[in-house]
Amino acid sequence: MTRNTWFELLRTGVAIAVALLIGFVVTWLVSESPGEAFGYFLKGPFTSIRRLGAFLEAAVPLTFTGLAVSLVFSAGQFNMGAEGHFFIGAVAATAAGIFFDLPPVIHTLVCLAAGMAAGAIGGFIPGILKARWNASELVASLMLNYVFLKLGMYLITYHLRDPSAGALVSLPLKETSWLPQFTRTTKLHAGILVMFLAVFLCYYFLYRTTKGYEARMTGHNISFARYSGIPVLSVMLLVQVLGGAVAGLGGAVEMLGIYRRFQWQASPGYGFDGVIIAILARNNPLLVPVAAVFLAYLRVGADVMALYADVSAEMVSIIQAVIILLVTAEAFLAGYRHRLTLKEVKQRASAS
Amino acid sequence: MHPLLKAIFSASFAASILRVTTPILFAALGSVVADLSGVVNIALEGMMLISALVGVIVSAFTGSAWMGFFAGAAAGVLVGLVLGYFHLKLRTNVILAGIALNLLASQGTVFVLYAVAHDKGVSSSLPSKVMPEVQLPIIKDIPVLGPIIGKQNILTYMSLIAVVVIYLFLYKTSFGLRLRAVGENPDAADSVGISVHKVRFIALAISGALAGMGGVHLSMGYVSWFSRNMTSGRGFIALAAKALGRTHPIGAFFASLLFGLTDALSNYMQSLRVPGEFIQMIPYVVTLVVLAVYSGRQLKSGRFSNE
Repeated sequence: MTRNTWFELLRTGVAIAVALLIGFVVTWLVSESPGEAFGYFLKGPFTSIRRLGAFLEAAVPLTFTGLAVSLVFSAGQFNMGAEGHFFIGAVAATAAGIFFDLPPVIHTLVCLAAGMAAGAIGGFIPGILKARWNASELVASLMLNYVFLKLGMYLITYHLRDPSAGALVSLPLKETSWLPQFTRTTKLHAGILVMFLAVFLCYYFLYRTTKGYEARMTGHNISFARYSGIPVLSVMLLVQVLGGAVAGLGGAVEMLGIYRRFQWQASPGYGFDGVIIAILARNNPLLVPVAAVFLAYLRVGADVMALYADVSAEMVSIIQAVIILLVTAEAFLAGYRHRLTLKEVKQRASAS
Repeated sequence: MHPLLKAIFSASFAASILRVTTPILFAALGSVVADLSGVVNIALEGMMLISALVGVIVSAFTGSAWMGFFAGAAAGVLVGLVLGYFHLKLRTNVILAGIALNLLASQGTVFVLYAVAHDKGVSSSLPSKVMPEVQLPIIKDIPVLGPIIGKQNILTYMSLIAVVVIYLFLYKTSFGLRLRAVGENPDAADSVGISVHKVRFIALAISGALAGMGGVHLSMGYVSWFSRNMTSGRGFIALAAKALGRTHPIGAFFASLLFGLTDALSNYMQSLRVPGEFIQMIPYVVTLVVLAVYSGRQLKSGRFSNE
């Protein structure tokens, strides 16, 4: 392990510890029995098989959005669209799952492709606005999130709704489109395999292909990238389309594997968690599942805490915000790193 | 004439444009100040949301709308200083810090609302106050203009005054000059003895105060309660208004009016037999289109000319 990796690990660890500490202080402020409440939060995900399952299930959509954000962040693009792409991908897969009549496997693949296509279009719009007209992809993608949310709800309400159901939910997806679940107690499903494939492909793209190298170079130093002849504008567009496709795929997998009928009234928030995951994973696709498991742990822990104690699940957002702030703070623990470097230099100097 | 058209050409519609422009205008001015000092403040959305909640809570517990207003503005300042601390002292990427603060605001306000009012949706159980409506003595009797600007919430008037004040501050005071110098060329400003950090901290505090007033208007003027994520993207629309207004207070005013117009239109069109989802989409779609069209002009005028 290089000194740099070691230092980044340490910094992430300290950031998480500080965040949890602040989370505890906040819990202590609002709760009658803070120790118990925080105990539920930390131990919650391990208290039953079903919860352990829920915790791992939640890591699947989070991995997809984490990958999507990693792709765009690698190229220095602040596209926040994963939230909307995930949502519209789920809607597209729902439509394909209801309307098409296809043999098993093929139907599933068509639904996944529909989700990817919807997400890719969602990534393309801010991408082309940025590449052609230099419009801020940040503002554009945030505006699009609202548009996709409204568009998705329109499609569900007016075209895909199950009239026999009491609540606002879509018709059930045809069984031929489902991703099979492995066991009865948990909802762990074959989408996990799709997830690992996506992790591998994103890694392969970023670290083993020329375009991926160009993307990372653009993110690292755009002036240098432009100077060395990298077509930065087309690279910016490409990563946003790919990121959109991956997030849309995530939405589709969630529909086919877990819900099997669309039942969200609001965006489930996986896209913004994807930002935290990308930051924790340093945009490295291979680390994304690890970070996603951690975020899923926080989510499920918070839900268990809200169920049994007098603290609402939103407490976790405080922890998440502190993690983002400290992990991305370049000067956080920089003094320590400086001393570490000095020590090594001195050692080498005295050895020679 | 179609009833909708009739409604649109009425004075009450024009008055409602000013009303819905208020929060966007405050935030857009906040964005202008931060931007001119060289900091992209995307935390406006979160600042507004936090101030909206703080205003409601403080006004409910003190029984005074003005206490709520000052507390809300102060909360905005505080968030601005936190953003400044992380960006300037700990060198956090300013966009990521803004994202973190927005996330904190969107969920954290629900958390606090639940802790205070035991409700995760709206604050209607809190006896919060609203900022007063004001009737301007002579102006209210002028035909056409009177019904439009004669009677508005005091915060709407304050937002209009703020346009002038911020303009004078930025372009007619020596501190304003220093602020713009820091944004234009921080190294040059530093070399003549201006503390870049100090100026940017102050700019972020002002930016936070303005966004905070916009937030207070939402929960204590526009409506009389706080509801979760009630800003619904206005802080981001304000960023687009700043860009469209060429990072100038007067420009930001006209741009905010445009977005206020689309907002008011979408409110008035709720009565049409068009699915509500499409009508609610209008402000965001217009923002996207404006962003594209405006940025296109910017590109032609020389940026990225080597491509």
